[in-house]
Amino acid sequence: MPTVTYAGRDVELNGEGFFEDPAQWSEEMAPEIARAEGIDELSEDHWRVIKFMRTEYEEKGTGPTVRLLGKTSGVSVKELYQLFPKGPAKVAAKIAGIPKPRGCI
Amino acid sequence: MTARVVILGGGTGGTLTANRLRRRLGRQEAEIVVIDQDDRHLYQPGLLFVPFGLARAEDLTKSRGAQLRDGIEFRQAAVEHVDIEAAAVHLADGSALDYDVLVVASGAALAPEETEGLTDTGWMERVHTFYSLEGATQLASALQGFEGGRLVVNVIDMPIKCPVAPVEFCFLADWYFTERGMRDQVELEYVTPLDGAFTKPVCNEKLGGLFAEKHIDLVTEFNTGTVDGQGGRLISYDEREVAFDLAVVVPLHVGAPFVARSAGLGDELGFVPVDVHTLQSSARPNVFAIGDAAGVPTSKAGSVAHFEGEVLVENIEHLLKGEALVASFDGHTNCFIETGFRKALLIDFNYETEPLPGHFPMAVGLPLLHESRLNHLGKLMFQWIYWHSLLPGRNLPGVASAMPARGKRHETAA
Repeated sequence: MPTVTYAGRDVELNGEGFFEDPAQWSEEMAPEIARAEGIDELSEDHWRVIKFMRTEYEEKGTGPTVRLLGKTSGVSVKELYQLFPKGPAKVAAKIAGIPKPRGCI
Repeated sequence: MTARVVILGGGTGGTLTANRLRRRLGRQEAEIVVIDQDDRHLYQPGLLFVPFGLARAEDLTKSRGAQLRDGIEFRQAAVEHVDIEAAAVHLADGSALDYDVLVVASGAALAPEETEGLTDTGWMERVHTFYSLEGATQLASALQGFEGGRLVVNVIDMPIKCPVAPVEFCFLADWYFTERGMRDQVELEYVTPLDGAFTKPVCNEKLGGLFAEKHIDLVTEFNTGTVDGQGGRLISYDEREVAFDLAVVVPLHVGAPFVARSAGLGDELGFVPVDVHTLQSSARPNVFAIGDAAGVPTSKAGSVAHFEGEVLVENIEHLLKGEALVASFDGHTNCFIETGFRKALLIDFNYETEPLPGHFPMAVGLPLLHESRLNHLGKLMFQWIYWHSLLPGRNLPGVASAMPARGKRHETAA
């Protein structure tokens, strides 16, 4: 289980790079995680998605899938891929410090 | 006072719930009404076999009404919406029906129009689906006329009914073209939004091995944005492309359209949020959901509806008597996976336990997560069991609602 430092604080990640404990996350960490994911600057739209992921996780215990994000976040799936080219649900979940969305059974 | 239980949907979940309930409650205790828009009950597991000429479409359907016991009213009508505040079902003909208890058993519907290009040029000609009777029948003639090239099987996104069916389709296609002596002229490719062939690690590894053995290519984490039927390509949202000569697509699934029109009843996709152990709606205590219509984190499959049925009926009785509900549904799922050449795997799992190898603890001891002829026979026999045991709402000997822990070997994926 790797430990990394974001915004001067140690956090634990799982093998796939998702937070082990979402409570360790804070907003100041997001820009640093984003840079590691190839996103140099977080725009207002990025933040809208990140905050949405966070709220959904807190309410439902899991982050939404891309399809649900497209239906409920106010940002279309196409735009989501422009914002997070490597995969909106996964990358936004990483930046938001929540576990990998379990969209599928 | 006689309570009225209204069941929306006369498919697997609705039929077995109505029959179980009728056996347990006297006619003075409850009136049971099942509503469906047509009288054609389709044996959905049979759809997989139609494209390969292994089942005939006309053998897969029976009357819905005829599957219900005496003392259950079957009403053929389309539902406009449900008013959960007033506890009334509004029908398309303008009439309304009050209920004391409502069971939403209206399954999942296909939404091919939600994917760009899917229903345009080439739909049902070069781009097919076996998830409907019409589609499976069309695909049978397309496969017959297929002279070789790239056959691509694509799941657009989860959730879908029977998540192993598209995998089974690949295995059966491998067998089908081998039998026809043209397997070397067909490239088979499975394109999925998941990061592996299946959703759970140990099973994933086993299926991944079978894909390699059978020379079926696997493309993962592919989120189809556009289907170009004319140009013969799938295009993902992150702009990757997969070319095909023939595509077999599993379209997006949504809940029954009336759920979306019923304020407060469903979620964003039209499935009904329920307590995952009691199956009671999160919105209203006198509303329940079963089977594919329910928003629970397990597979959308007939076996799930069967295992849920036992718990659901018990809970309806408790509710009518003013007692506390039992929270005993554990997410139990049980599926045969056809692997071709008259063999199949069996998987058995629940919310907590992923599919593991071992054997199913009953007299015959079917092997789990292991290819065998016995499992293939089990799959074929299941059609008889479906009509004669499962729909009538009988418990299957040796197969309980709760997942058996015995017989499973706890391994982890490498």
